[in-house]
Parts: sequence; structure tokens; C-alpha cells
Amino acid sequence: MIQYYFDWGVIWRSWDKFAAALGLGLTLAVVSLAIGTVIGLAGAMARVYGSRWVAWPVWLYVEFIRNVPLLLLVFFIYFGLPEFGIYFLDKTQSFVLTLSLYAGAYMTEVFRGGLASVPRQYMEAAKAIGMRPWQRQRYVVLPVMFRITLPAVSNNLISLFKDTSLAAAIAIPELTFVARQINANTFRVMEAWLTASALYLVTCYVIAMLLRLVERRYASIR
Amino acid sequence: MSEQVLLAARGVRKSFGEVEVLKGIDLDVRQGQVVSLIGASGSGKTTFLRCVNLLEEHDHGDILLDGDPIGYRVEGGRRRRLSEAKVSAQRARIGMVFQSFNLFPHLTAEGNVMLGLTKVLGKGKAEAKDIAGQWLDRVGLGERRGYYPYQLSGGQQQRVAIARAVAMQPRLLLFDEVTSALDPELVSEVLGVMQKLAESGMTMLVVSHEMLFVRDVSHHVVFMDGGRVAQAGTPQEVFGNPESERLRGFLGRFHGLFGQAA
Repeated sequence: MIQYYFDWGVIWRSWDKFAAALGLGLTLAVVSLAIGTVIGLAGAMARVYGSRWVAWPVWLYVEFIRNVPLLLLVFFIYFGLPEFGIYFLDKTQSFVLTLSLYAGAYMTEVFRGGLASVPRQYMEAAKAIGMRPWQRQRYVVLPVMFRITLPAVSNNLISLFKDTSLAAAIAIPELTFVARQINANTFRVMEAWLTASALYLVTCYVIAMLLRLVERRYASIR
Repeated sequence: MSEQVLLAARGVRKSFGEVEVLKGIDLDVRQGQVVSLIGASGSGKTTFLRCVNLLEEHDHGDILLDGDPIGYRVEGGRRRRLSEAKVSAQRARIGMVFQSFNLFPHLTAEGNVMLGLTKVLGKGKAEAKDIAGQWLDRVGLGERRGYYPYQLSGGQQQRVAIARAVAMQPRLLLFDEVTSALDPELVSEVLGVMQKLAESGMTMLVVSHEMLFVRDVSHHVVFMDGGRVAQAGTPQEVFGNPESERLRGFLGRFHGLFGQAA
């Protein structure tokens, strides 16, 4: 059996790097989810209420994103956009754009399902008190839909956080990148990857717990 | 009856695809009256009610509220559908209470009553809260104003729904089988609220299978059969002297309640 001696000293000395990397990963995930939510909302409205000419491109976008590996999208946008004369995005912005488009496609599907599952009675009740079409959406349909889709949105946030590890591929110093760097510089293979794994695991678990609390707070509908 | 006609239906027809559900309804509801629609399921009562509130569009005939046609305007002899904004404004003058309550699940009892007041009538938050509190008190739920629908019983939810509708101060209130989804022991609390509303002079058009309520509270009863008005009159006329075999048969299902029905 191969002998492996653990030496955690390297990890302790790089603790600030890990912390910064974790913070960056979380920020990437949250910002992408926020932008993705806006895209998803617009996409879902377009698919549910829009004409064929609006709904069809959205469908194409969703299917393209969902059926192409994320890593490929990351490369595509990071290396591809400059070929079209778009130079002003740095690598972090490029990655946020990618992850937002990615999140947007999934959120479109989540919200589309959510809109379809808002019972018709609420819409009729809103009509009956004389609310105008956009008021019915704004004050009744969307709030109910958000509550219905909250668990799915939570899952998306956790997935997105894990997907930020792909940013390592374009040298963004998030967790996976930092772990690889330490691994390369010190040959502390197990320590680096175990630490990174533990940080992902604990963070995801904590996010899940917090979101569970939020879900309970808004569980006013069955 | 000398009160003016608030709602008038003239030859109202409505089809769902091939099936004609309303085959020419004529009906008057006068100011301050309670008019009840009775009849077997499928006779068109609920469809007619939904046409009044524009949840369905009638195909022919007129529904006039205070003399204004509901759902369209006449321009150069042709009827043109009103814009959604105008339709919404017409709906705001008519309240509706549904069989399945339809309370907004994300809002408290108070929030449900306030929403229309603030967003449709443009009242301030404080005033809306005040009005909501008054109406919730009147339906006996002042203490529960902070409860969400899922924390309330069916009867309580329906009373909140009534408060939500009345608080808008509609010209007319529509009730669509509002006790049909309730457990039997909860029916009377809702009927009690409706009776008080009727006594306060609210104009009401009621679809109901609660025959004792219909008989005791209505000024006018309309028996619908197969999409037509088969008999209409005072409760005494309709219940005491059912003209048709169909009406006798219908009332017979509530046997024991009425002398003639057997």
C-alpha cells in the first residue's frame, strides 16, 4: 500500500486564499442566480404569454443551453466573444455572463412550470375585484408562483455554486482553482482537494439549511 | 317593487363550442333586492353569473348594469369589445364570491381584503387597513385578521372572501354556490353573514342549493332549466305554486323542506 503522510500546515498557511476563493465562488453563484432569475422570469412570460415569434427563440435558447455542457459554454463565451469584437469583458465578467445565461435557461423552465401550476381560481379572484392584467400578474400570480418554485430555485442556487468550480478552467481564483494551485505548488494533493471538498460540502449544506428556513417562512400555500 | 333596475339581462345567450348553455336569459335585479337562481347542475346558473362578471363572455343579448352594457360598447350600430382596462373597471363595480373561496394564499385575511382597496380603488394603506378591519369585524373575524388562508377553516375563509368582495363597495354582489364546498356544520355561519348583508340593503344575485335560505331571504327566485328561465317570481309563487313538472321534480329532491314537494 502506498504510504501518504498528511501535512496540513500548507493548508493553514493558505487559509486566507481559501476564504477569498470561497467568497468569490459564492458571489459568482448569487450574482448569476440574480441575473438568471430576471432572464428566467422574462423567458417564462415569453413562453407562456408570448406569441410564437417570441416563444420560439426562447425555446431554442433554453434547449441550446440545457443540452450543451457548461464547460463548453464557458470556453465558447470566454474565447469566442472576442472573435466577434467583444473585448471589454474580463474573465470574471465573462464567466458571470455564461453562468447567468445558463441559470436563465433553467429558471425559464422552473418559472414556466410555476406559472402553469398557479391555480386559475386566484386569477379569477383577482379579476373579480377589478384588477388589471399586469396587476393580476404583479400582485397575485407572481407572488404565488415564487412560493411554488422556491424549492426549485434553492436547488438551482446550490447547483450554481458547485458549477462555479468550472471557472477554474479560465483561471478565476475560486476554490477549485486555489486547490489546484496549492496542489501544484506544494504537492499536498490530498490536503488541498479534501479541504476544497469539505468547503463545498459545508457551504452547500449551510445554504440548503438556510433556504429551508426561508421556504418554511413562505410556506403559506400547500 | 318600485326600486330601479340595477342589473338587466335581455336575451343572453352563451355557447361553449357546440353546446348552447344559455338560451336567452331575461332577468331583472332591482336595487336592494336579493335574487336567487336555482336549478339542477348544468342548467346554466353559474355560467350566467360568470357572464355578469365577465369571467365568461356572452355571445348574444345584453347584460346591463345601471344601463351600461357589460363587456362591450356600441359604436355605429356594432358592438365592440371593451378594452381589458374598461372590463376591469366594470368588474370592480361587481363583487363575486366563489364556491372555492379563492383567497389569495400568500396574503393574510386582512391582506386579502386590502389588496383591491389599495390597488384598484387607490386608497392609502392606513385607510385600507381600517376598512378591512371593519369588514372583518362585521363577518366576525376581526381577531383573525393576521391569519393566512391555510390557517382558517372553510367557513372562515368564505367569510373573509365575502369581506373582500363587500369592502370594494360594489353595486352588486354575486354568490356562486358559496356554501357547496363547506362542511355542513360551517354552512350556517356563511349564510348568516349573507343574510345580514341582505338586510343591510345589499343587492345580491345568488346561485344556491340552500333552499331554506333561498326561500327566506330572496325577494325573487328564478328557476333555470336547460339554459332558460323556466319560472320566476316571489319565493311564495315559486315554492308554493311550482308550475312545471321539472320544478316540482327539482324541489322534490329537497323533500321535507316544503309542503307541496313530495
